[in-house]
Amino acid sequence: MREITFSQATLEAMDEEMTRDERVFVMGEDIARQGGIFGQFKGLPDKFGKDRVKDTPISETAIVGAAIGAALTGMRPVADMHFADFMGVCMDEIFNQMAKIHYMFGGQRSVPMVLRAPDGLINQAAAQHSQSIEAWFMHIPGLKVVIPSNPADAKGLLKSAIRDDSPVIYFEHKALFNTRGAVPDGEVLSPIGKAKVAREGSDVTLVSYSHCMGLSLKAADILAGEDVSVECIDLRTISPIDKETILASVAKTTRLVIAHEAVKQGGVGAEISAIVAEEGIDFLDAPIVRVGAPFTPVPFARPLEQAYRVTPEKIAEAIRGLF
Amino acid sequence: MSAKKVKEKKGLNKYPRTLLEQFYRTMLTIRSFDKKVEEKFLAGEIPGFVHLYIGEEAIAAGVISNLSREDYIQSTHRGHGHTIAKGADLKRMMAEIFGKKEGYCKGKGGSMHIADLSIGMLGANGVVGGGFNIATGAALATKMQGKNNVSVVFFGDGASNRGTFHEAANMAAVWDLPVLFVCENNQYASTTPYMTTTSVENIADRAAGYGMPGVIVDGNDIFAVYEESQKLIDRARRGEGPSLLECKTYRVKGHYVGDPERYRTKEEVDKVCESNDPIDRFECTVLDGKLFSREELDAIKASAGKEVEKALEFARNAEEPEISELFAGVYA
Repeated sequence: MREITFSQATLEAMDEEMTRDERVFVMGEDIARQGGIFGQFKGLPDKFGKDRVKDTPISETAIVGAAIGAALTGMRPVADMHFADFMGVCMDEIFNQMAKIHYMFGGQRSVPMVLRAPDGLINQAAAQHSQSIEAWFMHIPGLKVVIPSNPADAKGLLKSAIRDDSPVIYFEHKALFNTRGAVPDGEVLSPIGKAKVAREGSDVTLVSYSHCMGLSLKAADILAGEDVSVECIDLRTISPIDKETILASVAKTTRLVIAHEAVKQGGVGAEISAIVAEEGIDFLDAPIVRVGAPFTPVPFARPLEQAYRVTPEKIAEAIRGLF
Repeated sequence: MSAKKVKEKKGLNKYPRTLLEQFYRTMLTIRSFDKKVEEKFLAGEIPGFVHLYIGEEAIAAGVISNLSREDYIQSTHRGHGHTIAKGADLKRMMAEIFGKKEGYCKGKGGSMHIADLSIGMLGANGVVGGGFNIATGAALATKMQGKNNVSVVFFGDGASNRGTFHEAANMAAVWDLPVLFVCENNQYASTTPYMTTTSVENIADRAAGYGMPGVIVDGNDIFAVYEESQKLIDRARRGEGPSLLECKTYRVKGHYVGDPERYRTKEEVDKVCESNDPIDRFECTVLDGKLFSREELDAIKASAGKEVEKALEFARNAEEPEISELFAGVYA
């Protein structure tokens, strides 16, 4: 199968969906003339014009608000958040308007739009350009939150998000943009709300997603050399969360570890732990363990950032503690 | 560019009688509807929060008389007037305010979240300043779709201090979007008087900062509101971009029903009610001009009141939503 980068995969998704449906357009800061600060929009304006690939003012509130208005009146906007960290600027638009309009107006009109949110640690970008904030959004009814870990799902989830009638937040880890992976030719659609067993195993279930998924697979490789068989689940969607896949795996392996780059406190791992504690406690032969960042802002200096990061070795060490 | 002031216009011969009747009926329907809502809220029949549009009727009625069904409006927490003027069904509105299944939002929105997307009413909004950018987006869609509809966003003087106003004004102006920003300057941002929280004498002065026209009208003069908004709406339809109309008015009721109103005197309010009521002023003008007789006006008033009574009966008798509705519609 052909291999392309994560960034190219998102570009293919945009290209195909904008070709398929003329209601789809994209707007954000630095996306038309610059092609996106990570190059993820390169070439799109040449093909679709600067009306459908729009450079905006540095006005996150206006970007998301306008996308909502356009979505309510017949368009299917994609809005780029530049850095996920900047979603704080437009939170009212996200959680009081975009997320609630369909429900609050009695289902009169859906809000079919996608927020693309580049997140995560890269290049020592420090406290305001490095965060993983996906857990905030799983606390808000009405939003779908997807978070691919590889090029195939980057393409498949973005296409599914654009076709979804509910608002979808699409987190794309900045350190993944240049990674390569197999992507099939032709139509690639990944289901929203469905996790994937990325690696089968029998001794412990390791749930992860996004960039940390690759670290988790490396941890599984390390442990395979120690005769520990790790089943890796790629969550792919944070909300609505795929409980069935997680519970079925824990029923089989009897142990659960969750690993993510975001801070551990109040994270996705906390929700998964609670779900398994409530609905699958009898499956467990060991305590649930979470691996995440410490409860600090993202630091700048290299050794500090390195200490902050989740690594394959930290994940492997957490799993060793269960046996 | 600086905001220009427009004086009250005379010369009513150019107004078709049907339009004058529409002005009057719309203002009376709003007045009667909100008086009924106030009464039933105070009687404990209506839950939640309600904000009344009483005294500001000329703005919704005057501006929206220039719009078609396909044009968009975006409203506020004080939204009943805009919704009625856009042609919404009073029964479904009242049922929503009562939290009933037959309401516009199936009883899941309430007074602050009434919307009717089928008539271009994009929604009231519980967040002050929450609607600016949604209206801008609707105007963007209109432009991309090659239509010549306009998007009108109503907001209060308080909302003009939200960043959302400034971001929307800039985006609408830089993209020449067909948006009309209609400020209802009712002198109070919730409980704080205008000049204690706002850096400019007129909200319309802020339009210059975004390279768009800013016009001031007497918001209690429906003729002035109608004529000035028409010019700005026509301008937007011609593709000449957004503008801002500031309607000077006064909030004769509290911020919400039940507001103890410690921040002003009863005399201040009474003075406006006695001398500057938009409905009284309309009546005086058309009676003076011998365009309508007192009997004709009374007949319109009675018929508007009757429609509101019917809406109330409908809402009272409507069913409560089933519990299954709680879980419906989280996702589309």
